[in-house]
Amino acid sequence: MRESKLGLDFNKVESARGMAAEIAGQVQRFVENYTTVAVERTLCRLMGIDGVDGDGIPLPNLLVDALKERGMLGDGVLRFLGNAIYLTGKRPQQTAEDISQDVYDFSRHQDLSLSDSDIGEILRPYIEQSVSAIKARRQNREQNIKRLGEGPRPYLYVIVATGNIYEDAIQAQAAARQGADIIAVIRTTGQSLLDYVPYGATTEGFGGTYATQENFRIMRKALDQVGEEVGRYIRLCNYCSGLCMPEIAVMGAFEGLDVMLNDALYGILFRDINMQRTLIDQYFSRMINGFAGVIINTGEDNYLTTADAFEEAHTVLASDFINEQLALIAGIPEEQMGLGHAFEMDPDMENAFLYELAQAQMTREIFPAAPLKYMPPTKFMTGNIFKGHIQDALFNLVGIWTGQGIQLLGMPTEAIHTPFMSDRYLSIENARYIFTSFKNIGGEVEFKKDGLIRKRAAEVLDNAYDLLERVKQEGLFTALEKGFFANVRRPRQGGKGLNGVTRKSALYLNPFIQLFKGNR
Amino acid sequence: MIMSGGLYSTEAQDFDKTLDLTRVKPYGDTMNDGKVQLSFTLPVPAGPEAIQAAKQLLRSMGMDNPQVVFSKELTPGFTFFNCYGVLQHTVNYSTIHVPRVESQVMDMQQTDAYIKEHIGRKLVMVGASTGTDAHTVGIDAIMNMKGYAGHFGLERYEMIEAHNLGSQVANEELIARAIELKADAVLVSQTVTQKDIHITNLSELIEMAEAEGIRDRMLLVCGGPRISHELAKELGFDAGFGVNTYACDVASFVAQEYVKRKMKK
Repeated sequence: MRESKLGLDFNKVESARGMAAEIAGQVQRFVENYTTVAVERTLCRLMGIDGVDGDGIPLPNLLVDALKERGMLGDGVLRFLGNAIYLTGKRPQQTAEDISQDVYDFSRHQDLSLSDSDIGEILRPYIEQSVSAIKARRQNREQNIKRLGEGPRPYLYVIVATGNIYEDAIQAQAAARQGADIIAVIRTTGQSLLDYVPYGATTEGFGGTYATQENFRIMRKALDQVGEEVGRYIRLCNYCSGLCMPEIAVMGAFEGLDVMLNDALYGILFRDINMQRTLIDQYFSRMINGFAGVIINTGEDNYLTTADAFEEAHTVLASDFINEQLALIAGIPEEQMGLGHAFEMDPDMENAFLYELAQAQMTREIFPAAPLKYMPPTKFMTGNIFKGHIQDALFNLVGIWTGQGIQLLGMPTEAIHTPFMSDRYLSIENARYIFTSFKNIGGEVEFKKDGLIRKRAAEVLDNAYDLLERVKQEGLFTALEKGFFANVRRPRQGGKGLNGVTRKSALYLNPFIQLFKGNR
Repeated sequence: MIMSGGLYSTEAQDFDKTLDLTRVKPYGDTMNDGKVQLSFTLPVPAGPEAIQAAKQLLRSMGMDNPQVVFSKELTPGFTFFNCYGVLQHTVNYSTIHVPRVESQVMDMQQTDAYIKEHIGRKLVMVGASTGTDAHTVGIDAIMNMKGYAGHFGLERYEMIEAHNLGSQVANEELIARAIELKADAVLVSQTVTQKDIHITNLSELIEMAEAEGIRDRMLLVCGGPRISHELAKELGFDAGFGVNTYACDVASFVAQEYVKRKMKK
């Protein structure tokens, strides 16, 4: 029997989880019939295709677009590349280069009838190469953590966002020396809507820095360096969201990223990306993250930036349940699920702290193995940095009290600018002070029976249960159309990226799905 | 050690302690004491030289008795300072004029009644966060039913037909939708201001509106944490709404300005 400090009804929790599993299952039955340009570009990268043409267009885009134009995408890029190797003896990278120079003869692909196992045989060396590269990265992380150790939970998570990867590296190393455990490189505004991943090191961005494979490499190296210096493994985080979810996932897997923002619904709700596109993309991106040992962070906290944190708390919990089930289907273990929630209630509301405490404790108890990602106040940060520092202190108190996994540190200058080096210092100092001072409070304090805190937790669970029941009846697609989450309505055929969705043909193959699922 | 700089000094306060609006100075706890607090980071290692450097900077800023009350090396080669000083500069407050939105702020009921009485139909307002700006928080605070900080959003107004297009809307798309919906006012929110991207983006909207020939057919209003009415006017907007303004400020302005312009025609 699980213990609850809140007197939570765990039978209700489990039936809510069961409904979420049904909802996720409905989605998965749809997802399995489709692929997207982003998934296929990811497979190109897993075949070793990289680089750009003279106009800066990434070769995976050129190849996938060429297949799409010729109506060959439904068979999948792997069948095409298997056939190409059979016909030409050239490596996938060379085939992509030939396509970029317009010298590839597609007509030779007609009437080819290699079997799935023939193709699998032909592609085997390329598949093995990328799979072992990802495995080696994962082992490297595990060894480094064993050798160097890591910070206690909640991990201190801070962002860098200068726009220049080299400046970011300096900021990140400073933050690690100050005590940060996870460095997230915020992406430049607008990257989520690019249907390609830029190439090379970048030094210009707005409110953030482009996610590129080279930038990942530069930052990984900087963190490895500072990790040795401070004697602690420092995790690197980026964003598997937007129109390139699986592509960014595979780049991160190759370059040793540790944490990825990777929500099933975020792009739909907050970037107006088509829901079919995102749900298909999230599946393969999560599969890669699961295999690479990457902790995913979900984005439910964002719901509360548009909807009210008190009234809509249950939508966060319901979405956490759905994200958990979709992640399980993609092979992500609970230990890698940084399910999201946030401290976003109006600070002027009476007892707001108690409700935040109730909700954080409730989330902790419902997802006991997950390294929950707890987001700081943003909506009610005003530019009054002095008050903001106190809001962040209360947030930190809830974090240590309820045993959160990843504490995304708030900055006193939230709503003013991306963090200065000194802002990060003040925030880390704030968190360390409170985490030390309140270290064992969670084990010392119980919540009064029939008190405000227990009642609040029960109420949120009840409402989430009712919402899941409605979503299960309507299906997730309809629920998104009706605005069940974050008060945002999205049409099934609307939004960006729908034209990148293709139905799989009978010839489609993707052996990575089995490999990533089974062989960990 | 660092406290010995005079925080609790009883130095003679032999300055004029009467308020003179032509020569205003910062106020700590005594009129004209000029007390200022400031924090910053210098790219130098911590130590007496760093503190000296910070004090010299404060002097260059016009501060007497500069004091570094706290310093800390954030990472090798970067030192953070908390400082105080006595500012010598003064400002002539009596001659300052700042343009502001010239409308009377009404609450939701009053605005609805005003529109019914003076316009007799719903006003159409189309809002978006434009360009690459992904933040919806600003436009949502103004438009969403729920509103922000106790001020209902425009969707709640009986006499306003509010269309929130969300974030990352291209300027051309916003204009196209505004024409299609026969908007009386277009509301643009800008949250991201790095490298002044909001200025470029807002200017582009005005240019496009002029090119489309709709500039005089609808009110163009912008808002965001770094936007002032003065900046908005400079860029060619009819009004700008910065921090601490809400849906009621926007709604009152649009309604009254609409009536003012119709009456002129």
